Amino acid sequence: MSTAVRSSILHLSVLCLLATLFFILPEYHSGNIARILIMAVYAMGYNLLFGYTGLLSLGHALFFASGMYGLGLSIDHLGLSAAPAMLVGLFSALAISTIIGFLALRTSGVAFMIVTLMFAQAGYLTILLAGKYTRGDEGFVIKQSDRIIAGIDLSQADNRYFAALILFAIVFIFIGILVNTRFGKTLVAIRENSERARMLGYDIQRHKLIAIIISGSLSGVAGAAYALLFGYAGATFSTVQYSIYPLLWVLLGGAGTTIGPLIGTVFMTYLIDISSEYTSAYMLIAGLVLILLTLFAPQGLAGVLRKKFLPWLP
Amino acid sequence: MSLLSTKGLSKNYAGLQAVNSVDFDLPEGQIRALIGPNGAGKTTFVGMLSGRIESSQGQVYFDGTDITGMPAHRRMGLGMAYTFQITSIFSKLSVHENVALAARRVIGGNNSQVRLRIKEVLNKVHLVDRADQIAGDLSYGHQRLLEIGMGLAQSPRLFILDEPTQGLAENEIDDFILLIQALSAETTVLLIEHNMDVVMRTANYITVLNFGETLAEGTPNEIRANQEVQAAYLGKN
Repeated sequence: MSTAVRSSILHLSVLCLLATLFFILPEYHSGNIARILIMAVYAMGYNLLFGYTGLLSLGHALFFASGMYGLGLSIDHLGLSAAPAMLVGLFSALAISTIIGFLALRTSGVAFMIVTLMFAQAGYLTILLAGKYTRGDEGFVIKQSDRIIAGIDLSQADNRYFAALILFAIVFIFIGILVNTRFGKTLVAIRENSERARMLGYDIQRHKLIAIIISGSLSGVAGAAYALLFGYAGATFSTVQYSIYPLLWVLLGGAGTTIGPLIGTVFMTYLIDISSEYTSAYMLIAGLVLILLTLFAPQGLAGVLRKKFLPWLP
Repeated sequence: MSLLSTKGLSKNYAGLQAVNSVDFDLPEGQIRALIGPNGAGKTTFVGMLSGRIESSQGQVYFDGTDITGMPAHRRMGLGMAYTFQITSIFSKLSVHENVALAARRVIGGNNSQVRLRIKEVLNKVHLVDRADQIAGDLSYGHQRLLEIGMGLAQSPRLFILDEPTQGLAENEIDDFILLIQALSAETTVLLIEHNMDVVMRTANYITVLNFGETLAEGTPNEIRANQEVQAAYLGKN
């Protein structure tokens, strides 16, 4: 069986499994998984830049929040309906990631991390300062009547689950295809040895910029979808914590694998969920597990799978 | 018609004149060796040709076009290929993917043509049996060959090799010489080389740099007989 066939089977099986889970799991968990799927979209966007291109951003919350507020504000203040507001969310993130990419790519390495972090902080403060429109820290609720696309009420648990799954599926398949294109393979070459890639004649800066734009736009779509499906937009989502989350999910799940972001998001969400049932010091447990994983499985869970059992894992 | 030429090309490093006003002409189809003692400015000079190092003064022309201010990746796009003095490959990727990355940039998305080119190149550098190995697991000599293969995969018009035989075993060097000799039909080669045996057996013409300036140019026999060159290498007056 060729690698492409295996990888298609893997991707489709994951999607089938997720669709089946809705009918098996109790409502609490299916609500959880809907949230996880949206966050996994965010993580997949992050992974394209970090896992495949090798650029470590500490400011992706800015892109997530761009999508979230692009959607939220255009519903709240412009009276747009959900579908066009989604597009506003997407284009806000696209525009902002283009500008940030353009500026941040003048730096590299640690400076790139600091610059992206600072831009995201500036974004967070802007949201607070524009409290008149954004309602700052408190955030605002998106009314149930505004959360309808094509007559489908996305505040209903089943609709929400499948809307999240469809978005996840689109992005999951998109990334699966993208990393196997010439462009995707060039990103890996840049991650592995950017000077060699440059001296093979590849325009490194252009590739990195496009990677930031795609990564930022996907993060923004996740932010917009989150606001739409869960009915809330708030400044918390633009804090540094939300820039760190996708990094942790991707590291745990396996950077540079298509399935890693989902695995990492599921793992970490349930780790916190389950450990918080037993102790209020659940972050201590999460921290310990993170340390153990970085020590013994630095390539993440999917990375270990790829190394030990499935070398074809995309 | 020369494929590559420079006019008054110079490089200053904070007062140190690494390359001083070099006029250089490389006709199409030639195998040219660039030699000189350590610190003569060879790598700096070649860096300015390939675009890795910015020149302080002077011009570089490729096929009649002034490329002095052009970024490196665009120079490669015009038909240059470059191998590094210190082996530089994608060590975590397979041998096949290493060559594919080089071939794809030139050929584009046509997968069957890319595969054909990869096979052709891996045959030339005798790595066909190792196509699926991870490049970083190859022996040092094979890694050097792989890097040369990545250059060949681009079918360059000008192939710049920075000390390609450094660290190779005797028999590997013999293979390398055959490889370069076979190349002369299809490409122009600029070879920086310390191993005089390799230089004498491959080059049609030699340029000698010393203290950042052209000391002598000529055929291998002329250079062998040149007193100044002997003095530069042996340190006599």
